[in-house]
Amino acid sequence: MTAFLRVTQAIIGREFLRFVHQRERFIAALVRPVVWLLIFAAGFRAALGLSIIPPYQTNITYETYIVPGLCAMVLLFNGMQSSLSLVYDREMGSMRLLLTSPFPRWWLLICRLIGATLISILQVYTFLAIAAAAGIVLPAWGYVAVLPSLFLSGLMLGAIGLLLSSLIKQLENFAGVMNFVIFPMFFLSSALYPLWHMTESSPLLGYICGLNPFTHAVELIRFSLYLQVNWGALLWVAGSTVVFCALALWGYDPARGLMKRKT
Amino acid sequence: MTHGLTVENLSFRYGAKTVLDDVSFTVQNGRFCALLGPNGAGKSTLIALLTRLLVSSQGTISVAGHDLRREPRKALGKLGIVFQQSTLDLSLSVRQNLAYFAALQGIPKTEVPGRIDVALDRLDMRKRADEKARVLNGGHRRRTELARALLHDPQVLLLDEPTVGLDAAARQGITEHVHDLITTGLCVLWATHLTDEVRDEDDLLVLDQGRILHRGLAGQSRGDHTLQDWFLSLTGTSA
Repeated sequence: MTAFLRVTQAIIGREFLRFVHQRERFIAALVRPVVWLLIFAAGFRAALGLSIIPPYQTNITYETYIVPGLCAMVLLFNGMQSSLSLVYDREMGSMRLLLTSPFPRWWLLICRLIGATLISILQVYTFLAIAAAAGIVLPAWGYVAVLPSLFLSGLMLGAIGLLLSSLIKQLENFAGVMNFVIFPMFFLSSALYPLWHMTESSPLLGYICGLNPFTHAVELIRFSLYLQVNWGALLWVAGSTVVFCALALWGYDPARGLMKRKT
Repeated sequence: MTHGLTVENLSFRYGAKTVLDDVSFTVQNGRFCALLGPNGAGKSTLIALLTRLLVSSQGTISVAGHDLRREPRKALGKLGIVFQQSTLDLSLSVRQNLAYFAALQGIPKTEVPGRIDVALDRLDMRKRADEKARVLNGGHRRRTELARALLHDPQVLLLDEPTVGLDAAARQGITEHVHDLITTGLCVLWATHLTDEVRDEDDLLVLDQGRILHRGLAGQSRGDHTLQDWFLSLTGTSA
């Protein structure tokens, strides 16, 4: 058991070291949501009317509405970027070091996933601090209550990234998939506009948004920030986490998975 | 003391293409076995199978007496690996790289500093322990990887073209050092396409187009020819 803890500590520790050594990545990951919050939201709020929908009990500004979506955006980009580093790792060889450890492969990959998720959460809290400094203050306990939702959503998005990294052979291909995964996931969700808005414009798109696991991650985070539990979103995100983790581990299984095509 | 590495009837396909075809061989403890083959012979696929990055349903692999399919953890724990591509984290120091590996191998924390010192001393790398891997030259990086591969006292050492990209002096240094290691009882499989890395007393396996073309002692195999000429005539290709 001690050895399992040691390997967990080492893999998560390495993720933190990598994070410390790549400060520019940290700043880049923060610039994106901050730009959306301070610039995009300023231009967009006039065009988009918001009604009072749960978990909000009063009229809110558009900036306040998109904060949970931007938190999820940080998790989404980090989950994908962490997987990008997996593809890079594999090309560079250090993934081989991990995969040839005598510990169970599923455990090694889960440890890496947890490490990457913790780094993402650190970035989300930094973003929330910047948002608070810009005047978008959320309920005080909401900052604590959101932690489990961030963790679960981060795991889910990281698992999607892990699955993608097992499917992708070259770094160049990954860039293409990022465009086909990140942007549709982000825009076909409730991150920037409530679902009823989307459904009003196109019932089909509204339906697709409802199926998008990212939508449920956004809603889970939104409700947690206001000290409420959106049980439907929680179930959806938890279920998706299990499914994507299982698929990702299958993707990295040397006997059955897709690694077979590319070593 | 006969365990070492045993491969029996191993085959592997990528789709319809057969990459390895009924490969069988044994490397005893205390022996240096050169796996010689031209580019595309299937050496890297064989190494991937031996390290469980790939798994084949046909054939068996046994490392230090442990079947890789049935007891993967025990088998991998007895295996030291130096991959063709560098697997060092360049942003970490030599010592941090080794400590990370020690954790991946489950070495108790109290033993780690001592083992790292011994491993680095063995490769004359102790004075560089706190340097970032990024600032090391190619030869020192390889030595670090070799020190790391020996950290958990493996019984079998696999090296996949470990001298690629090194200058002549570094290449000779690594080759000699690994030859010296077999006196400790270590079983070494050294994949290469460079015949000058093989000594007459080494075991030799020639792999070409996924099949073992020849096995024997290198000196006896080459007879009066140079190993290079013998190899070229056997495979009908340039090494």
